[in-house]
Amino acid sequence: MNIIKFRYIYFGISLLIIVPGIIALILWGLPLGIDFTGGSLLEVQFASGQPPAIADVAALYNEMSTSQINISNPVVQPVGTDSLSIRSKEMNDALKSQIVAALKDRFGGGQDVIIMNFTQVSAVIGQEIAIRAAGAVALAALAILLYITYAFRGVQHAFRYGTAAIIAMLHDVLVVVGVEAIIGHFLGWQADSLFLTALLTVIGFSVHDTIVVFDRIRENSNIYRRVGYETVVNHSIVQTLDRSINTQLTVMLTLLALALFGGTSIRHFVIILIIGIFSGTYSSIFNAPPILTVWENKEWHTWFRRKSETEII
Amino acid sequence: MNRRQYNWLILIIPLIALAIWVDVSKQITIPNPFNPQTNLIDRNVQTRLGLDLRGGLQVLLEADLSADATISSDDLNVTRQILESRANALGVSEVVMQVAPPRRIVAEFPGLQDPEQVIASLQQTGLLEFVDIGSTPVTEGTIIQTDFGTSSTSTTTTETPTTTPTTDSSATPAPTATPAATPTIYHTVLTGAALSAVNVQAAQLGGFDIATTFKSEAATIFADYTGSHVNQYMAIVLDKRVISSLIIKQKIPNGQGIIQGKFTQDSANALAIQLRYGSLPIPIKVVQSRSVGPTLGEESVRRSVIAGIIGLLVVVIFMGLYYRLPGLIADVALVTFALICLMLYKLIPVVLTLSGIAGFILSIGMAVDANILIFERLKEELRAGRTLRQAIDLGWKRAWPSIRDSNFSTLITCVILFWFGNAFGASVVKGFALTLALGVGVSLFTAIIVTRTFLHLVLDTIKSAEHPRWFGI
Repeated sequence: MNIIKFRYIYFGISLLIIVPGIIALILWGLPLGIDFTGGSLLEVQFASGQPPAIADVAALYNEMSTSQINISNPVVQPVGTDSLSIRSKEMNDALKSQIVAALKDRFGGGQDVIIMNFTQVSAVIGQEIAIRAAGAVALAALAILLYITYAFRGVQHAFRYGTAAIIAMLHDVLVVVGVEAIIGHFLGWQADSLFLTALLTVIGFSVHDTIVVFDRIRENSNIYRRVGYETVVNHSIVQTLDRSINTQLTVMLTLLALALFGGTSIRHFVIILIIGIFSGTYSSIFNAPPILTVWENKEWHTWFRRKSETEII
Repeated sequence: MNRRQYNWLILIIPLIALAIWVDVSKQITIPNPFNPQTNLIDRNVQTRLGLDLRGGLQVLLEADLSADATISSDDLNVTRQILESRANALGVSEVVMQVAPPRRIVAEFPGLQDPEQVIASLQQTGLLEFVDIGSTPVTEGTIIQTDFGTSSTSTTTTETPTTTPTTDSSATPAPTATPAATPTIYHTVLTGAALSAVNVQAAQLGGFDIATTFKSEAATIFADYTGSHVNQYMAIVLDKRVISSLIIKQKIPNGQGIIQGKFTQDSANALAIQLRYGSLPIPIKVVQSRSVGPTLGEESVRRSVIAGIIGLLVVVIFMGLYYRLPGLIADVALVTFALICLMLYKLIPVVLTLSGIAGFILSIGMAVDANILIFERLKEELRAGRTLRQAIDLGWKRAWPSIRDSNFSTLITCVILFWFGNAFGASVVKGFALTLALGVGVSLFTAIIVTRTFLHLVLDTIKSAEHPRWFGI
């Protein structure tokens, strides 16, 4: 099995996912939840089992909106069969009580309206969390880069291993964020703090997975000193392939169980994890080790030359 | 040859027994062998569920000062203390308040739904009173009723003038939950507004005292009161909660009182701060609040537990089918892993949230991964023609660097996440990082040591288990 030989095809497959994601990010942006933008999220359950029409709730919010507290044009989404989630700008508790009372009055059908969840985040806090989260990721990446460089100090160019692992990690981050932007646009998902947790998990898993493959390259490059680097890398990937697939399989099985049987409140989280962890395994096999060989051969010298020229040589 | 392997059993077996014991019990009590009246260990080890699972209210409070104002960590801690006592006065159990430096406090109220009521009571100004409690001291922490500002307790209309209250000690009001039928209403002599200065000073006989100075009109009232109540008790009460009971030794004529007690510098400072700031040392505002209904929580717990069990079962079956004998032993190690993790959650204690459970499930994945790494290595060595014992030893030895480095990098991520979650009251992130880090730590133990010990044990007892078929080859 020769995986390294077809490295540009695998890079291409990655780009096939990442490029549309980046386009979606540029066109629509990442739909951020109130955890990052600030605002109110009210989730209510109608005991009657019949939630009102989305437009009616939006109208109610527009009516309640004042110049001091502007909650007009909320985003209303059905949750399950009997609940609604309503996102708006930040409101105060008094107004929330009024809204719930009005919901019960007009649409309750004589039965109770239960507050399942009410979240309120001020805009300043939200932005701060977003900025600090990016900082935390950057810091984690740096710490991991240093650790890998240290752990691989016995092989040549230890720094390359750390860098390749971080590039593979960024690949997974881009896949997850891009997919979130695309799905978010069409299904109305919003990136909340659970999304952030999922993203951070993917980062952890991605590096974890890459290191296992790199560890084999580290070991093999000390054993097979006469063989070309490309062969050593490819051999290492093949040797760890069983493990990669089996680990991937067990993690996927647990996550699938969570997605299928777990509560709706974590479904979004689990789906992002499934995408990210799949991407993590993919990048640790098809991206990170090939990057090492690209680096070893300094292949970028030939990237922008015309085909005919290289063929003549 | 494997004597060294079996030494681990001395640790593993009691650990599993301990884990099972902690996991099934709600309260752990070990009597002190030297003093049968007291207990050596007496701990509540019930699983603690986060607000997202049991329902409740989480509020993130922030100092309402300009962004560049520096806030001392002392001030923030005092604010937390005072808020906590106010919250306790609400009658809510298990309120958790944590300082998130530099300028925030996270408050959690399990079971509460109505943020308005809670926030209003948190933001009120604290009320410090000097209360005449007669000839019996009242234990610290007791909630009492006083005749000052009784508007909140409208049923009590009794006006008690400056007389000694009924010193019926049995009528000491019970704390919060069940108010006595006829609670004693104590007389408030002065409030915190009458204080002009509070200082901590070194006492003559060692230790520390607190010197209080009253404003001039208050000094007269205080002199009259102390003069007529010598050898009786006075309580310092914050928000109707007794923070200290004092005996009046003599008349204090000039408003210069000294509170003597066996204070250390810290405890004297703490009391002085409470005297000085009946109100909060820093103004606060609410920047984030989340409330989760209990029904949503119950549903999530039920479904997540079912999902977790199904996930675990599928993994157990997969391991057994694919790796045969080692797989089955890894399954035993996996169950050990789950038992130990649950024990740690209960002992530390870790508050379990949805994301925390997700962290646990991911750590199951990593625990399995360690075993998969080892078994793949073991198979390789067997295929290379080594004997089973050699293969086992080499499998573990060769797989170790990759297990070490991959898990260590996960731990690095966990530390950074935990720090991030801590700084923002983002309990979602924090819970995840904590359970994942614990899981990684425990998995190193179970995957490396428990699996290997048990594998050797099985091979030594059952000879036919050495057949390669049992290793999936």
